[in-house]
Amino acid sequence: MYVLIYGLINSFILCLISLGFALVYSIARLPNFAHGAIYVATGYVGWLLFNRLLLPFPVAMVLALLFSALTGAFIYRIVLIKVRGMTLSEVIASYAIGIAILEILRWGGLRGMTFMLPVLIPGSLEILGVSVDYQRVLIVGLSAGLLLFLYLFTHHTKLGLSFRAIAQDERASLMLGIDSDKAALLSLSMGSALCGLAALFVLPLGNIVVEAGYSTLIFALAVCVVGGLGSTVGVVAASFILGFTQTLTEKLISSHFQMVVALLAIIGILILRPSGLFGKQKELEERV
Amino acid sequence: MELLRKERVDRGIKVRTEGIYAISGWQEILYLLMPRLLLIGGLLALPLILGSSPYWKRVINIMCAYAILSLSFDFLANHVGLVNLGSALFTGVGGYLSAIFSLKLGLPVFLAIPLATLSGAVACTLLLLPTLPLRGVYFAIVTLMYPLLFSRIIEALNILGGTNGLPGVRGFEKALVEEYTVILVLLAFLFFLRRLVNEDFGLVLRGIKDNDQAVKASGINITWMKAFAVFIAAVLGSFVGSYVVHLYMWAGLSLFALDFSVIPIASVVIGGGGTLIGGVIGSFILVPLSEVLRTFGTLRIAMYCIILTIFIVMKSEGIMVYLQRKYHQFERWVKI
Amino acid sequence: MEEIILEVQNLSKHFGGLVALNKVSFSVKKGEIFGIIGPNGSGKTTLINCISGFVRPDEGHVYFKGKEITGLPPHKIANYGLVRTFQIVRPYYSLPAYKNLIVPLFSPRVRKMGGWRGGGKYGDRDAVAVDILEELGFERDSRVPYKLASSLPAGYQKRLELARCLALRPELIMCDEIFAGLSMSEVATLVPLIEKLKMEGLTLIMIEHRLRELFRLADRVMVLHFGEKIMEGEPYEVIEDEKVKKAYIGEEVF
Repeated sequence: MYVLIYGLINSFILCLISLGFALVYSIARLPNFAHGAIYVATGYVGWLLFNRLLLPFPVAMVLALLFSALTGAFIYRIVLIKVRGMTLSEVIASYAIGIAILEILRWGGLRGMTFMLPVLIPGSLEILGVSVDYQRVLIVGLSAGLLLFLYLFTHHTKLGLSFRAIAQDERASLMLGIDSDKAALLSLSMGSALCGLAALFVLPLGNIVVEAGYSTLIFALAVCVVGGLGSTVGVVAASFILGFTQTLTEKLISSHFQMVVALLAIIGILILRPSGLFGKQKELEERV
Repeated sequence: MELLRKERVDRGIKVRTEGIYAISGWQEILYLLMPRLLLIGGLLALPLILGSSPYWKRVINIMCAYAILSLSFDFLANHVGLVNLGSALFTGVGGYLSAIFSLKLGLPVFLAIPLATLSGAVACTLLLLPTLPLRGVYFAIVTLMYPLLFSRIIEALNILGGTNGLPGVRGFEKALVEEYTVILVLLAFLFFLRRLVNEDFGLVLRGIKDNDQAVKASGINITWMKAFAVFIAAVLGSFVGSYVVHLYMWAGLSLFALDFSVIPIASVVIGGGGTLIGGVIGSFILVPLSEVLRTFGTLRIAMYCIILTIFIVMKSEGIMVYLQRKYHQFERWVKI
Repeated sequence: MEEIILEVQNLSKHFGGLVALNKVSFSVKKGEIFGIIGPNGSGKTTLINCISGFVRPDEGHVYFKGKEITGLPPHKIANYGLVRTFQIVRPYYSLPAYKNLIVPLFSPRVRKMGGWRGGGKYGDRDAVAVDILEELGFERDSRVPYKLASSLPAGYQKRLELARCLALRPELIMCDEIFAGLSMSEVATLVPLIEKLKMEGLTLIMIEHRLRELFRLADRVMVLHFGEKIMEGEPYEVIEDEKVKKAYIGEEVF
C-alpha cells in the first residue's frame, strides 16, 4: 500500500521535473542541460525572496517563477540563438551554462543544509492507512493539472498548436509562417518555468542543495531517455515506470539504490529499445 | 572611393612544402619541422626546467594528463561528430580498475596501467555502444549521465571504498618514470591520432560526421566505425585515469569529478577544435591557471564554463587555429 | 537474356495516417534502365528508401538477385551491389572531391573485390579515386578532382554522387532525381554517361521528373500515383495512357 501511494507520488514528481526538459527538446530540438541548474536557481531565488526580502511566500513563488522563465529566455537569446543548428556547439553551450550556474551558486553561498522552502500546506493526512503530507498531495494535483493544461494548451490554443506543428516538422511549420525562433524562445521559457514550478513544489520536501541540480538533471534525462525523446506520452509512462520501480527498491532494498535503478533503466532501455519506449526513431525524416 | 576586401593567401613556403618533392631547401624543412620540434623538445624539457619543486612537477603531470583527455574529446567531437560530455567516465573506470588490479591482484604498475587502460576502454565502449546507432544527442546525454550516476552509486552503496576511496595503491618507483611516462604517452597519442585522422579510416570518420547517410549508403557499417572511434578515445581516457591513480596512490570519487569532463571541453574550445594540438595547448593554459586559482574552489569550473561559452558564442576559431592560420597564410587588402 | 535482378512485391509503407506506398510490385531486368515517374508526393523517394534499407517497409518483400533484402540495414544492401544516390547531394564538405570516394572504397565490398577493375591494390585508394573520377569526366590534368567538394558546381556534384555509387562497383544503381536542378548543358553531359553505364552492363532505376530525358534513356517506365502503381510499360505506351495523363494534367512535357 505504501508502495502504491508513494510510488504514485514519486512518479508524479518525476513527471513534473521531466516535463520541462521534454518540452524544450520536442519543440526547439535543444537538449537543455541547464535544466538542473534552473531548478536549483529558482528554488534559491524563491528562498532569497522569502527569507531575505521577507515577501509573502506566494508572491515569492510567482516572482521566482518569473525568474526561471526569464532565465530560460535569457539563455536562449544570449547564447543558444547564436549556435542554433550547430548541434555540437548547442550541446556544449547548454552544458557549460548549466554547470556554470550551479557552481556559481555553490560558491555564492549555497552550501550546507540550511536552505529550505516552506510547504504550502503543512500537516498530513491519511490515505488508505498511509500517512501522506499535504505537500505531496499538492504535487500530485499539480502534476495532473499541469498535464491536463498542457494537453489542452497544445490541442486548443493557437500557440500550443504551433508548438505541436514545430515539434512534428519544423520546415513545414516555417513555410506556414510559424516563427520557429520565437517558438523556441517561448518553449524554452515555458520549459524553464515548468522546471521552476517543479522546484518550488518539490524542494520544500527537502533542502535546497546544489547536488539537487545534478540529480534532477540525471532523473529528467533518465525519464526522457526511457520514455523516448520527443514523446510526451513517453515521458509520462517512463515517469511512472521509474517512479514505481524506485519506490519499490526503496522499500525492498534500500533508498540508496534509487540511482542504481536509474542507471539500470537507462542501460536496459538502450539495449532493448534504444529510441525509448515511445520514441520515434525518425531516421530519414530528420535529414534533409 | 576604392573598395577593398581582405584576402587570405597561403604563404609561398606553405605551397612549396605541400608536395613531397618540395623538401629541397633547409628553409622548407625548417618550416615544416619547427613547430613539431618545438612541441616535442618543449615537452621533454619541461620537467627539467621546472623540475626543482615537486609541486610544479605534479602540475606538469596533471597538465599532460588533461592534454590527453583533450585529445580524446577533440577526436570524438570534431573528427567523428560525437560530443562526449563525460570524459570522467573513462578516467573513473580506468582509474578504479587500475586500483583494483594493483590492490587486489597485486600487479606492478607497469602491468596495471596497460591492463586497466585496455579493459577500461573495452568496458566504456560497451557502456556507450547502445547509443551509437542513434542520433548524436543520445550519446551526449548518456555520456553526461554515466559519471554522475557512477559516482553517486559508489557513494550511496559505499562500494569500492565509498567516499573514502581506495588508498594504498602502488605508486611509480622512479620519479623519472613518473614524469616522463605521461609526456611520452601524450606525444605518442598525439602523433598517432594525427596520423589516423589523415588516413583513410579517419576520412571515413569525418564522412560520418558530415553526412552519415551517405556513408551508410556507401556500404560501411557506421556503428562499428563509431565504436572503434569511441574505443580509441576510451583508451586515452582510461590511461589518464589509471595514471592519475598511481600518481596519487589513491583512487576515489574524484575520478568521476566534473573536472575531468569539463576541462577537456574547455581546453578544446579555447585551444581550437579540430586541430588535435589545440586541446593540448588549451589544457596547458587552463591547468596551471587552475592551480593558481585554487582558492576559488569549484568556482574555477564555473569560470571555465563561462569562458567556454563566450568562445562558442563568438564562434571563435580557437587559439591554435588562429596561430596555424597566421603561420600558413597571410592577409592582404585587395581591390575589388 | 532476360534475367530479373530486382523484384519488389507488395511493398507498403505508411507514416502515421499517410499511406506512402500501397502494395507496389514490379521487377527490373538485368541491364535495363527502369524509370519511375509520378507527381510529387507519389512515394517515389519512399520507394527507394524502402528498397535501399533506409526505411523499413510495413509490408512486402524485396529480392535482389534472388536474395531477400527486405529490412536489411543500408550498408549491407550496398555491399550486395545495390546502391542509390541522394536527391539532395551533400558531399563531405571538408574533403577534396577525390577524397570523397575514399569512403566507398573503404567498404568491405570493394576490399573483397580488390580495387577498381583490377588495377591498383586496394591500399592505394587515392589513385583509384582519381581514376574513377576520370571515368566520370573529371579531367585528371585539371585541378578539378582536387578541389574541395563543396566548391564544385552542381553538375560536377551530381557526377561525384554517381562516382560515389560507382566506386562500390555495383550491379544496380537507383538514381533519385539525378537530373534535378541541372542546366540543359549539364544534363546533356550526363545523359551519355548514363548510356555508357548501361552499355557496361549496369542496371539502373531512375526516378525522374524530367520526362524528356528519361524517356530517351529508359527501356521501361512505371508510374506511381499516391503510392500506387498505376501503369507500367514502355515509354510510348505510358505517355498515351489515360490514367497517366490525368495524373499529370498540367505537365508541359506532353
